[in-house]
Amino acid sequence: MANRYSLWSLIKNGLKHHESWQPAWKSPQPKKNYDVIIVGGGGHGLATAYYLAKEHGIKNVAVLEKGYLGGGNTARNTTIIRSNYLWDEAAHLYEHGLKLWEGLSQDLNFNVMFSQRGVMNVGHTLQDMRDIERRANANLLNGVDAVVMTPQEIKDMVPLIDISHRTRYPIMGASFQPRGGVARHDAVAWGFARGASELGVDIIEQCEVTGLIIEGGRIKGVNTSRGDIMADRVGCVAAGNSSVLARMAGLRLPLESHPLQAFVSESMKPCIDTVVMSNAVHGYVSQSDKGELVIGAGIDSYLGYGQRGSPHVIEHTAAAIIEMFPSFSRVRMNRQWGGIVDVSPDACPIISKTRIKGLYFNCGWGTGGFKATPGSGNVFAHTIAHDDPHPLNRAFSLDRFATGHLIDEHGAAAVAH
Amino acid sequence: MLVITCPYCQEAREEEEFSYAGEAYIARPAVPEEVDDATWGDYVFHRKNPRGWHWEQWQHVAGCRKVFAVKRHTVSYEIAGSWTLADGKALYLEEQA
Repeated sequence: MANRYSLWSLIKNGLKHHESWQPAWKSPQPKKNYDVIIVGGGGHGLATAYYLAKEHGIKNVAVLEKGYLGGGNTARNTTIIRSNYLWDEAAHLYEHGLKLWEGLSQDLNFNVMFSQRGVMNVGHTLQDMRDIERRANANLLNGVDAVVMTPQEIKDMVPLIDISHRTRYPIMGASFQPRGGVARHDAVAWGFARGASELGVDIIEQCEVTGLIIEGGRIKGVNTSRGDIMADRVGCVAAGNSSVLARMAGLRLPLESHPLQAFVSESMKPCIDTVVMSNAVHGYVSQSDKGELVIGAGIDSYLGYGQRGSPHVIEHTAAAIIEMFPSFSRVRMNRQWGGIVDVSPDACPIISKTRIKGLYFNCGWGTGGFKATPGSGNVFAHTIAHDDPHPLNRAFSLDRFATGHLIDEHGAAAVAH
Repeated sequence: MLVITCPYCQEAREEEEFSYAGEAYIARPAVPEEVDDATWGDYVFHRKNPRGWHWEQWQHVAGCRKVFAVKRHTVSYEIAGSWTLADGKALYLEEQA
């Protein structure tokens, strides 16, 4: 790698006053033809391009991004990574992703700041605790780490949490996945972009796909704001805008795009060194390396592409966090944002071929796509390279909505969607 | 915060009084037992999910509890109007034609 990062390169560039660093990825003009086009330059799309080049030897690849890299949901999430899903298919897929996360910084030679600080899912009712026991047992059977904790064990790990009976919904226990954690969202996009670019992938920003060129049931290329670009295989990884792309191909998807909001506080001294999520009161919180509390909400109920939601959702989430952490009540919030999440009927992704030959979709990740970034790219690259799904994503095909083989993670997963 | 007018109560109220109830005017296959699985799956699960104007249902849960139709833009969140389901359907069909 021409630009390999190491202690050596840091010292060498330091001696040159850090003025000789090269751009991490190239920004070429689009060519007329590619073997594969990936529509969408977020984490999932860039990971797909990276694994296509690295594992399948397909290097004549373009990633087309209408804005800037990682500027969509990759930059608009709460960076939580876990794999404690209930059903076998989902647990295997997310666990595949988690295993890739564990070696990702070395693999990419780029520090994605993956921190396995654990993810805790607290329960507030007897039924919550039954569900937690069931899910933890299912996780253990699937080789996913899981521990069930008592309120006192929670308090020992997170001293600021209120486990008293004074609260409206007292905490009765939790599940904990020690291998879960958080990562730096931008670094994931940048690391994959750099890795893919190094292997010969063209990363083209400010290039919006405006149409799909389809002849005789086969994909031939795409119309873009920078001219037509031809390719026999096109992979769409456009999250909230997937339905818009599908319509260009005359397809309908079982997706609804909703705003999902999150917000961060002012920086504080370290006070919480794990991720705490609550399904019942509905909020999740972790602390970033900068000391900000990163707090997430539930989706806004209505359809929305506007990357913003309604204030009462923030109010509800803040109430949930203060219920668990009364000492956060006077923390000031710094920023708030909304992303567009593509929610599928069973809260599981669609990683699938379509009835148009050579056109593939990777979408429907809904509220939990960030955690799957490397895993999603890895299996989608396999699907495109072989024109056949990877064993891990075979169950996540589009036709499950006709056959009825849904993987119902709505509510079964550790947090409500 | 959306401000929605209930066509029954004839009052503009904040979104918190209402519940979103999904895409409006999804036609159920006329003879369900005769359609194939793909058509039925399309009816049950697939949605228009447009980036633009969207006909949708809202329920006035904290008021009259009636369900009605709203035409709303999914990017600007602007609301073009709200109607009873029957009145809205006539307009919707006119637009589709």
